[in-house]
Amino acid sequence: MSFPYNDVVLEHFKNPRNIGSIKDPDGKATEGSPACGDMVSLYLNVDPKTLIISDIKFESYGCASNIATGSIITELAKGQTIDEAKKITWKQASEALGGLPSIKVHCSVLAIETLRAAIQNYEEKNGLVTEKVDTTVEVITKRLKKVMNPIKGLDMIRTNLVKDISVKDGIVDILIDLPENHQFANAIKSDAIEKIETLWDVKEVNVTFTE
Amino acid sequence: MEKNIYLDNAAATRLDEKVLEAMTPSYFDNYSIATSEFGYSMGIDAKDALAEARKTLANRLGAEPEEFIFTSGSTESSNLALKGIALALGQKKGKHIIISKVEDFPVLYSARALEKEGFKIDYIDVDEFGFVNIDKLEKLITKETILVSIQHANQEIGTLQDIEKIGNLCWKKHTVFHTDATHSFTRVPIDVKDIPADLITVSAHTIHGPKGIGGLYIRKGTPIAKIMDGGFQEFNLRGGMDNITGAIGFAKAVDLVTEEENIRIKKMSKRIIELIFEKVPEVTLNGDLESRIPQNANISFHYVEGESITLHLDMYGISVSTGSACFSKSLEASHVIAAIGGDHERAHGSIRFSFGRYNTMEEVEYVVETLASVIKNLRIISPLGKEKEE
Repeated sequence: MSFPYNDVVLEHFKNPRNIGSIKDPDGKATEGSPACGDMVSLYLNVDPKTLIISDIKFESYGCASNIATGSIITELAKGQTIDEAKKITWKQASEALGGLPSIKVHCSVLAIETLRAAIQNYEEKNGLVTEKVDTTVEVITKRLKKVMNPIKGLDMIRTNLVKDISVKDGIVDILIDLPENHQFANAIKSDAIEKIETLWDVKEVNVTFTE
Repeated sequence: MEKNIYLDNAAATRLDEKVLEAMTPSYFDNYSIATSEFGYSMGIDAKDALAEARKTLANRLGAEPEEFIFTSGSTESSNLALKGIALALGQKKGKHIIISKVEDFPVLYSARALEKEGFKIDYIDVDEFGFVNIDKLEKLITKETILVSIQHANQEIGTLQDIEKIGNLCWKKHTVFHTDATHSFTRVPIDVKDIPADLITVSAHTIHGPKGIGGLYIRKGTPIAKIMDGGFQEFNLRGGMDNITGAIGFAKAVDLVTEEENIRIKKMSKRIIELIFEKVPEVTLNGDLESRIPQNANISFHYVEGESITLHLDMYGISVSTGSACFSKSLEASHVIAAIGGDHERAHGSIRFSFGRYNTMEEVEYVVETLASVIKNLRIISPLGKEKEE
């Protein structure tokens, strides 16, 4: 039988390591979307003294490359400090897996991006951000690109769900083009707040709806 | 024991031994070209064998032998139908062609090629089950419309169009009607005495015949130009060496498809749908429950991605295909699922099961059992669909 992936990839695909989620994790991130065909969520617990990743879990909606890369990077990152884990590259993950088909690069890069985003989330929550950039509408927009619009399966910026954003003295106001009683309104709201409130200079996030 | 359960018969089928048996003499004993009736004996025999095969194909469609030409397969047939009509009528009548949004690649990309040459193509919508909107079609046909090409059965979701109604409409409007019947031919009866189609694409590769042979029914009097220049074969509509061996194999394959077999196959596809709905939560049937070809079942499994499903099944010896972008060479999700209003997630999680002569009911049971555990495991991994459980 000839499978499209090597034995190491197949092994991680069949028996992915560190699957699942962590309740109240120290850091977490979700990248990708169902519409793009791949989505990864990653959860971290970090020892506050040593900054070592003590626990890591991931979930994947994706193809074999995506699942296998998610699995291998959790193995690579576990026990590392967050600074070390941040530096894990796609190439390292791919090498650890014995190589991935080039057409599948984007599926596996996503897992690396999710790991970095989860670490960033931890750093922001714990005041560890060293490069302090002022939060602007652009920064908020970039963040909201990571918030899914479940109606469309794509992010809320691309699907024009965000009507208005303003940033003033650490107070962020976001206007969403949905009725307040829409079935997804609350989910989108809490997702958006979560992505924004960790920014170092943000004091308050207000999400309102058009109706 | 390693299992080998092949449920991708819509893509290609295992050759029937009887087909090979019928073809063999034309490889070793009767291998010459088909000569004219004044040629040498081997050539006359070859000519007769080709005529005999043509008769079988034409009969199956209720057509006359001179209305059926052999091609290299459905891709060539549909290219000839679209480009041949465009070439014959583009200058004389108009440059407007209508196809559906769910056509298979030969029709879709022939239309796109013509679009680049200045033809105007309308891509007609389908409803959630895959049926063409006939009222809309009626409004779209104008005096400049030279061709309507709407498939008989869909390659992915199996939906059968009402080609009698569509054909009648085209005829009423004096427009040539082509239908791609690659996935319905012999599995669902088509008789050109009842179905007002001018051109019908058929192929052997879906019915346990050889690959590389297909055909096009061309109703007497249909204005069509040759696109494959060469010799004067196939009533001067297709130059090139006659594939007599293929034609014999195609005819034999047609003869071997019986009504009993179609009923048996229908039972399996019906059963797999029932069993999946029984054993796997959160699934959607793609296509219509009633009006579908007997050999097809297409189901979307929510919250999981198709390539992961097919790879797991492959490791259990099961071959199926998916509409997921990750599975395709182009990395594009199924245009059919998109056309029936499905979101990307539905396309990514869609699996096509297509049955053939060599499948059994035991295989259906095994596949569903395996599938249920594969889906369950992939859903544990997936970040989607968890809200409800919490």
